Amino acid sequence: MSTILKGGTDSGSERLSDQVIRIDVRSERQIQLLQALETEEEFELDFWLQPVSTELPVDIRVPRSSLSSVKEYLHVHDIPFTVMIDNLQELLNQEKAEMEMNQMSEHSTRSFNFGAYHNLETIYSWMDTLVAQHPNVVTKLEIGRSYENRPMYVLKFSTGGSKRPAIWIDLGIHSREWVSQATGVWTANKIANDYGHDASLTSLLNTMDIYMLILANPDGYVYTHTNDRMWRKTRSQNPGSVCRGVDPNRNWDAGFGGPGASSFPCSDSYHGPFAHSEIEVKNVVDLVKGHGNFKAFISVHSYSQLLMYPYGYSCSSIPHQSELDSIGKAAVEKLTSLYGTQYKVGSICNIIYQASGGSIDWSYDMGIKYSFAFELRDTGRYGFILPAAQIIPTASETWLALKHIMEYVRDHLY
Amino acid sequence: MGLRSIVSLVVVLGVGGSLTAMIGHRPGTEVSAGQKPVSAVTRAKPAMAKRQLNPNYYEARRAAQVVFIYLNTRYGSPYKLFGLQTVYSATVEEVGDSGRKYQLKLSVQEIPTDATEKCSAEVFFQRGGKQSPPQVQVLGLKELLKIKTKAKEEALYQKYKAKDPLLSVQYLPDSQGNMDPDMEPFWYLCIAASSFIMLSESTENTLYNMAQVASLTQLPTENNQLKFDSLILLHDIVSQEIPRWKLLFTWSPAEGVKVLQMEQQPRRNG
Repeated sequence: MSTILKGGTDSGSERLSDQVIRIDVRSERQIQLLQALETEEEFELDFWLQPVSTELPVDIRVPRSSLSSVKEYLHVHDIPFTVMIDNLQELLNQEKAEMEMNQMSEHSTRSFNFGAYHNLETIYSWMDTLVAQHPNVVTKLEIGRSYENRPMYVLKFSTGGSKRPAIWIDLGIHSREWVSQATGVWTANKIANDYGHDASLTSLLNTMDIYMLILANPDGYVYTHTNDRMWRKTRSQNPGSVCRGVDPNRNWDAGFGGPGASSFPCSDSYHGPFAHSEIEVKNVVDLVKGHGNFKAFISVHSYSQLLMYPYGYSCSSIPHQSELDSIGKAAVEKLTSLYGTQYKVGSICNIIYQASGGSIDWSYDMGIKYSFAFELRDTGRYGFILPAAQIIPTASETWLALKHIMEYVRDHLY
Repeated sequence: MGLRSIVSLVVVLGVGGSLTAMIGHRPGTEVSAGQKPVSAVTRAKPAMAKRQLNPNYYEARRAAQVVFIYLNTRYGSPYKLFGLQTVYSATVEEVGDSGRKYQLKLSVQEIPTDATEKCSAEVFFQRGGKQSPPQVQVLGLKELLKIKTKAKEEALYQKYKAKDPLLSVQYLPDSQGNMDPDMEPFWYLCIAASSFIMLSESTENTLYNMAQVASLTQLPTENNQLKFDSLILLHDIVSQEIPRWKLLFTWSPAEGVKVLQMEQQPRRNG
């Protein structure tokens, strides 16, 4: 059935597509009539089952341009027929899509290793596989380009609507924190696969969207593969300095330039010349502001095993301190339940340090109440170079915490 | 006399066996093997009121980090390392003009066996920051110190004492966090050796871990000590910097880790 059909791929009324008709032959006379029809070259008929005997049916693929004439002929000669396939093109399209999906699914389930660290090219091509496998729930958006002109892709998980209340998750803004990007890949796959199977996630995606930026610092990520495993910042050039890059998590417009950020371009916590100077940060800011309906903003880092809420730029409590603290504690309880991994919960300023210009301070001050930052495994033994064998356990336990936060947001929309 | 004064006296007199406080070494200075560091004398000035700290917050956390960094300088070996488990309680007080003293109740983990033990510790940060490294005392650590590692250490020592060719390895662990199982004792050894750097560099505004061994080169055995030259990458969580240090050190089961030379390297430009 691999015949190439003429014309378009429109699935619609029968007149727009080839059809396959079946004739239950009753008499020798009918066979002769059908054989005569076969010789009519201008109809371009394709007999899938030849008219040979009264024991067997005759199947004919009739090009759409010949449909009315052929049916007229059969009608006039009193030859009853049924339409077996009334839209052959549509059927072929479906089959092709299915085959492609099977191939890709084989590809991704057999060859994509979630328990390994991958480079940018591999992650980007995997994103396309994910979208192809789950077209009803995932799309890929280019939200802008990096300093070195690499595309920045957000995976949008949505079942429809228009600017539904949404959850933002960014990973890998500090490029050396490899378990963060790897957790993003696993989590995206988890969300896509759980939709339609997990009741809670399905209900969440039926009312909300999830936006996931897996490589928030693509240039830095490439640099950790090619040059320096310990690179943290962006790769922007700093005028008058040999040192490149800005700490993208000191570059947000939240207490910008305050304590906990350096004004020295060579520093790993250099805040940059001005807030949102880094295109990687600006792209996210523009998207979130333009969307206008984000209800949660989660940034994922490593390491230290912490779940934190604002502020970093100040040690004073936010108005929603006790609510965020109790969400955090409940989320961490779920995380710990999987493998016993211990996390601490608190504001950035109290738990690790005062640090200005951070992403979740910005999002909170923008009115996105449920703003959280994760610091994933471990607590310093391996630090940034977490063994690949820990990727899936880390992502799995983190998922329980993420899910708790997302469910809470779903149930407390504002 | 108050308990605190007795403790200070103990420090001054060097009584207490294995619990001597430790002073690290300034970058670029040489310390010959076998030279024992001298305990500092704490001035007997009246202390300010003690402040209770939240054990989950960063002040207590940074002081606790210094405790196990110190333990690793004292007891670290290819088969023994300590890590922090939990801080239960912490207090801090000013000690006249000379500095701040933290008192902690914590549990420490012995890394190879995952065994843990509760203990208490005092960390004294002298005013002047990096000019004088912190002084640490640990009380109540018994069981973890009894864990026997001598046989394994001896076997490793014998294997590498006359090694030909000498060991030379880069990036422990590699970018993916993996390493040859035969190299794990050397990774531990480097954590122990770099703890001398981390201790001497620690202040109330640092939180150090060893990030990676960039290179480890064995040199010919000298005075029955295995000898190594290394390039160590540290990570300070507070500044987020990756200080690079050249570290020349020796080790044997009998003498433990001894630092010969440590020198900070210039920042990697990129």
